[in-house]
Amino acid sequence: MSAVSKSADEIVYGLKREYLEKICTEGSRIDGRKFDEMRPVIVNTNFVPRAQGSAEVRLGDSRVLVGIKIEQGEPFQDTPNSGILTTNAELLPMASPTFESGPPSEDAIELARVVDRGIRESKMIDLDKLVIKEGEKVWVVFIDMHILDYDGNLIDACSLGAVAALLEAKVPASKIGAEDFPLPINHVPITTTFAKIGSTMLADPNLEEEEVESARLSVATNENGDVVAMQKGMGGSITNEELFSAVDTSIKLGKDIRKRVLGK
Amino acid sequence: MKLINEEGLRIDGRKFNELRPIRIEVGVLNRADGSAYIEWGGNKVLVAVYGPREAFPKHTQNPSRAIVNARYNMAAFSVDERKRPGPDRRAVEISKVIGEALECAVFTEQFPRTSIDVYIEVLQADAGTRIAGITAASVALVDAGIPMKDMVVGCAAGKIDGKVVLDLNKEEDNFGQADLPMAIIPRTQEIVLLQMDGNMTRDELEQAVELSKKAAMYISDLQKEALLAKYKSQEQEKEGERGE
Repeated sequence: MSAVSKSADEIVYGLKREYLEKICTEGSRIDGRKFDEMRPVIVNTNFVPRAQGSAEVRLGDSRVLVGIKIEQGEPFQDTPNSGILTTNAELLPMASPTFESGPPSEDAIELARVVDRGIRESKMIDLDKLVIKEGEKVWVVFIDMHILDYDGNLIDACSLGAVAALLEAKVPASKIGAEDFPLPINHVPITTTFAKIGSTMLADPNLEEEEVESARLSVATNENGDVVAMQKGMGGSITNEELFSAVDTSIKLGKDIRKRVLGK
Repeated sequence: MKLINEEGLRIDGRKFNELRPIRIEVGVLNRADGSAYIEWGGNKVLVAVYGPREAFPKHTQNPSRAIVNARYNMAAFSVDERKRPGPDRRAVEISKVIGEALECAVFTEQFPRTSIDVYIEVLQADAGTRIAGITAASVALVDAGIPMKDMVVGCAAGKIDGKVVLDLNKEEDNFGQADLPMAIIPRTQEIVLLQMDGNMTRDELEQAVELSKKAAMYISDLQKEALLAKYKSQEQEKEGERGE
């Protein structure tokens, strides 16, 4: 008997990983997609009319709901002439047996911050136009992301949902005696995520792929094909070639989604 | 705000590919299994390593390998406006990516069911705290005697006034257009930490990665020199004792 005993889970995990790595070297994925192919994506906007903007996204069998609330608030001291953007993710226990209720997990915090970074760094929303009274009152844009069903790649599903919801969100200025107006939008960022399995970068990993990935890379691009945010995750490494192949695919997929899904 | 002058120099007088001064010291704490202190420009960061020790709580134990637990924490007085003590969302994220990056280098399978705890305290912050932290953390891991592929090296590049430059300072980070913190394993050139915010074309991104990777080789030497300095001084102490 070996010094380290293995549980049944670990044996199954090892077999799965070996199998997925093997089929990658043969050029295929477990659900038959190409390496740079995303799962079918459906975006359903205005799902929650009570919110100022909302979008339900189905990315393969992952399903998330993003709601935008826009309320009045005080600006941050260091940015008195700028509105506020805040992003939060809830990994609801209904979405997966591995999600627990309670305070946000590391994963939920990272998810929210990666989605936030893509939107913020692309300068998607013109926050300077969300000032009600300089230094005193500004519009606060809350992005709340609910994970309803988890089948992998929440970063892309949530990013797309947030962008789609923001694109149609209205600032409720009628509450202060003005007219409601659409959120001032400058750019449309798209985030795409890759799982590294063996030495292959797979776009839009499903849950099975995510479970055996050694590293994860998310790349957010804007409509000019510039990179606006990146995040590497997991305890594995990537090479220069893998990084830039992912960046190139991300630029390509970003263009496609922007046009095909968002009509931009 | 203009960040590069007519002569192509930055506000602190550096060239585009120049690092801020870096100083690393090893074995600076008594109780910890390993420790290191780094000064990187205005950053002052202290790192302690404990372990491998039994992972706690028990459900965090991995039966086939060690877990690498990093805790990045900023002192309340480390920044201009007092920071409320305790981990905020930024610190949780940074801790996560640093832990994952170090895990790439550590031979975790040698220590099942244990945790290797890396405590990173930012005493003074001046942009680039996470890469200063991870650079010192790898040295502290070696000081703790933990087997690794190589020491992870952190480095950052970014874009200011439309130009790709190495190692942003605070003003450059605040008023620049992009920041790309990275960490690599020098021996294999693998990228183990990568984040980016701002705006870069693909070509700029390539330049930035290249700049950082070059600088990382130099920083890697500084890490080794720091370790060597500790063992040299120990040797001298021993010789001194023998001489008496």
